[in-house]
Amino acid sequence: MIRFSHVVKEYPRTGLALNDVTFRVNKGEFAFLTGPSGAGKSTILRLVIVEERPTAGEVRVSGSLTSGLPRGEIPRLRRRIGVVFQDFRLLEDRTAEENIAFALEVTGAPREGIPARVSRLLTQVGLASKGTSYPKELSGGEQQRVAIARALVNDPVLLVADEPTGNLDDRATRGVFQLLRDINAAGTAVLMATHNLELVKRNTYRVIEVNRGQLVFDSADGNGGAATVTSSTPA
Amino acid sequence: MRLTFREVMLGVRRSPLLSTLSVVTIAFSLFAFGLFGLLVLNVDRALRGVEEHVEIVAFLADGTLPESISAAMGDISAFPEVARVDQVSPEQALARARAELPEFQDVFDASFLPPSLEVRLKEGHRDPATVKDVTQRIQTYPFVDDVRYGEDWVKKLYDIRNIAGAAGIALGLLFAAVAVIIIGTTIRMTVLARSREISIMRLVGATDGFVRRPFLIDGFLKGLIGGLLALLLTWGANYLISHNLIQTVFFDPGIAFLGVLGGGIIGLLGSALSVGRHLRRA
Ligand SMILES: Nc1ncnc2c1ncn2[C@@H]1O[C@H](COP(=O)(O)OP(=O)(O)OP(=O)(O)O)[C@@H](O)[C@H]1O
Ligand SMILES: [Mg+2]
Repeated sequence: MIRFSHVVKEYPRTGLALNDVTFRVNKGEFAFLTGPSGAGKSTILRLVIVEERPTAGEVRVSGSLTSGLPRGEIPRLRRRIGVVFQDFRLLEDRTAEENIAFALEVTGAPREGIPARVSRLLTQVGLASKGTSYPKELSGGEQQRVAIARALVNDPVLLVADEPTGNLDDRATRGVFQLLRDINAAGTAVLMATHNLELVKRNTYRVIEVNRGQLVFDSADGNGGAATVTSSTPA
Repeated sequence: MRLTFREVMLGVRRSPLLSTLSVVTIAFSLFAFGLFGLLVLNVDRALRGVEEHVEIVAFLADGTLPESISAAMGDISAFPEVARVDQVSPEQALARARAELPEFQDVFDASFLPPSLEVRLKEGHRDPATVKDVTQRIQTYPFVDDVRYGEDWVKKLYDIRNIAGAAGIALGLLFAAVAVIIIGTTIRMTVLARSREISIMRLVGATDGFVRRPFLIDGFLKGLIGGLLALLLTWGANYLISHNLIQTVFFDPGIAFLGVLGGGIIGLLGSALSVGRHLRRA
């Protein structure tokens, strides 16, 4: 699903953000991406959604090599990837329904099918009754659910989440995380960057840890299991 | 399409001043084209009227042999620019002069008037340069005394037309460039105001073409409105001139349509440039 080999990413002004990163995430897998602030987590996710291209090395997503991917091909790849951010990125002047429908409209989905699809997605994320609310009228957790519903419009094979619970309290975090687990259980691979070590430890999902642009731990390599997260993570 | 139109209207509502400004500059750019175009059109028409009368008259020396004259007439009518050559005898010339100037009937005498050749040029060869060229060739016959052709004001009309044409194109292009910049700025404001929307569109996999389309339509529509406004202004100016100064003709519908379309294209160009820059950066 995702395959990084010897990936180097250098930003014009800040220099090396990733240095020789190699890992893969399989179809249907759930993986946490952890590490201190500035480690390069967001950079990895941006490489996955082809918002950035590697300076050296190869990034493969769903079979496509992103370095050589023509601009015109990026949208097609993005439709197979759902993306969720810490700040939700909803349009404030549109209701929950309209935010979800927007993603369908702009990717050229047939108009007739949109309302039914939107209401199914709202139900799936547990917001069936909040479709006509504006983001302002929703709690953080609810807003993130809308964002997740929007990420699911095209039945992605992969969901990429950059600290999706970063702005949420414990209760909302649990709810959103459970939703991501359900989505994964239905077959979608999930790569989730997070600072929330409680969440990481409480689950047995794969953990990939980066620090200063390098991959320092991958639970799939060694003795497996999230319980053995390494040194940089406080107990 | 419905989505697109809604977005265009939103854009207009968000920046009414800039939207108006872009429409107005496009209108002025095309109005400049239009006014000078009208001038060229009408001077051209006047010139065609004058040109029909352009003829070259070669006065022949006394005692020229009829054989020489007919040989010369054969030569001259073989010039590619020449439509017709007529010989005018002193008697014919006298009759004509008497008809045209009846007051001087008695003054004229056939002996005053030399025989001459009247040369008419084909349409498309009646411009001053060609006339002069043909005149010079006729002058080479030894028995040709003097050659006269169209007056100075033919050349003057040509100059007016050429200057008006050049001025119209220069001024119109200048305005068009300003219009492209202004419409580009307007669209860029809209693009920036909606950069969040655009980034989400791209995130969920909208194509660049889809993202670009509403802006292009926006620019194109503003351009079309500007073009229509210019047409209206030009038509109004023509109406005023026609009714107060001299009878003029207006563009035929095809040309007018092309002008309005030109406005649309200016608008399209402006927005394509500014959206393209935004998309390439992101
Ligand atoms: N767009 C950018 N331009 C230049 N430098 C960048 C850019 N984005 C990130 N960086 C740099 O790359 C490094 C890694 O940043 P990144 O955002 O990937 O870290 P992160 O692990 O997501 O951190 P956080 O946990 O705080 O979100 C940082 O040093 C940062 O300054
Ligand atoms: Mg980050």
